[in-house]
Amino acid sequence: MSHLKQILERGEFAVTAECGPPKGADPEVVLKKGELLRDKVDAVNVTDNQTAIVRMSSLAACSLLERAGLDPVLQMVVRDRNRIALQSDILGASAIGIRNLLCLSGDHQSFGNQPQTVGVFDLDSIQFLQAVRMMRDEGTIIGGDELSAPPDLFIGAAANPFADPLEFRVTRLAKKIKAGADFIQTQCIYNLDRFESWISMAMERGLPEKVYILSGVTPLKSPGMARYMKTRVSGMDIPDEIIERMEGVPKDKQREEGIRICVETILRLKEMPGVKGVHIMAIEWEDAVGEIVERAGLLPRPGI
Amino acid sequence: MITAEQKPIDEIRGMIAPYKRILVLGCASCVAECAAGGEKETAMLGSALRMAARMEKQEVEIEEKTLDRQCVNEFIVLLDDIIDKYDAILSLGCGAGVQAVADMFPETPVIPALNTEFLGETKSQGLWVENCLGCGDCMLYYFGGVCPLARCSKQLFNGPCGGSVNGKCEINPDLDCAWQLIIDRLSAFGALDRLEEIYPPKDWSKKQGGGPRKIVREDQQR
Repeated sequence: MSHLKQILERGEFAVTAECGPPKGADPEVVLKKGELLRDKVDAVNVTDNQTAIVRMSSLAACSLLERAGLDPVLQMVVRDRNRIALQSDILGASAIGIRNLLCLSGDHQSFGNQPQTVGVFDLDSIQFLQAVRMMRDEGTIIGGDELSAPPDLFIGAAANPFADPLEFRVTRLAKKIKAGADFIQTQCIYNLDRFESWISMAMERGLPEKVYILSGVTPLKSPGMARYMKTRVSGMDIPDEIIERMEGVPKDKQREEGIRICVETILRLKEMPGVKGVHIMAIEWEDAVGEIVERAGLLPRPGI
Repeated sequence: MITAEQKPIDEIRGMIAPYKRILVLGCASCVAECAAGGEKETAMLGSALRMAARMEKQEVEIEEKTLDRQCVNEFIVLLDDIIDKYDAILSLGCGAGVQAVADMFPETPVIPALNTEFLGETKSQGLWVENCLGCGDCMLYYFGGVCPLARCSKQLFNGPCGGSVNGKCEINPDLDCAWQLIIDRLSAFGALDRLEEIYPPKDWSKKQGGGPRKIVREDQQR
């Protein structure tokens, strides 16, 4: 059974972290990242060719982590697979002991290192969620054929409170819950005010009672990274005061400042009604996760 | 209409190089409307090819003709009497026109001079946009007259994705977010609640998923 699910069901504030697979076939890279995260987080979320750059498959990397005794969250994007491949991979993932799945549309192929490919987008992320829920709860695939055994999965979806239009963001969250999301992982939060208004709009519709919302955070390494994310990554909202804070410290203290901002953000998120956990996306900086979790007072992680 | 753009002249010259007597064949329908393969463009391409051949002292006969429609047999048969004069046809029809002409004359090479692009709308002089993919199962009612298949970069039927910012698409700041347009239009006529429902997976068998498509209308057949 999903460790993450058990933590959330017990009412603990959950902690997950991201692990990006390598641009190569070396399993040690994945296992090393897994070791950095062991006992620091409840589940490890493995990205699926993020930013449309070819990497070791998420399914394979999850399998490595699962065998190492961690609870992986398999990310799957609809960009690269049609409904045959998606449903087949879900059955395979469940068969090898993966218990968490995050259903995403995926970064557009034009951003990556295969810009001449075609995006599949046979299903969208909401249709995909619905298909997975039907597989698990009804034991049927799209079209109604019955499965000999249903997959056992805790199903997640993403939400970006910072993209437009704000009012419709909550409608879309409601659609994802209706489609089958058990948990939600949000885009990185730097603008806490906007996040708070999104969550209160969601509360008006009673949504946080129906789904576990994990709030996303990413520690900044430098003011350059902050500026890049603000201007080049769509749907990323970084207030100027965050960038000014990063600029206001000497270069050798910038990473420390990034961690400090991240910890402060988590401390505020912990107190926010409707937020059930935090998802830490330390991009190629997994060794920062332990320190962040510790300074945010989230250690030791509860066992089951 | 079908939109197209002319291929680079060097690519065209490479393809026609083996032939001595060439018919440059225009089409007065869609590709004339988008200024790629009508009578005027056919004359211009013919002249350019003749001039290039003269510069390189090649002996080539290049003549032009434009059919009203290259994709309809009634017009293609007008070539019956002259086809024997040529080694090859350089077609400025769309991909359908090229193949229709080739079907009629199995022994004559038919070479495309255009890259066929999309089912387009003439937005303004010199600007054509793709708003329809011909999916065989029109969904425009549900989406307020804006097609998410043609106009959303991720083809989301339950959008918008997290990359919609200030009404623009994340892949290109010049591109409108189709989902912002859908939401704006449905809001304008009070039908936003249509989007509360999950739009089900698309039946691609009505598009190219079921193999090449054809329409059979017995009432139209003689």
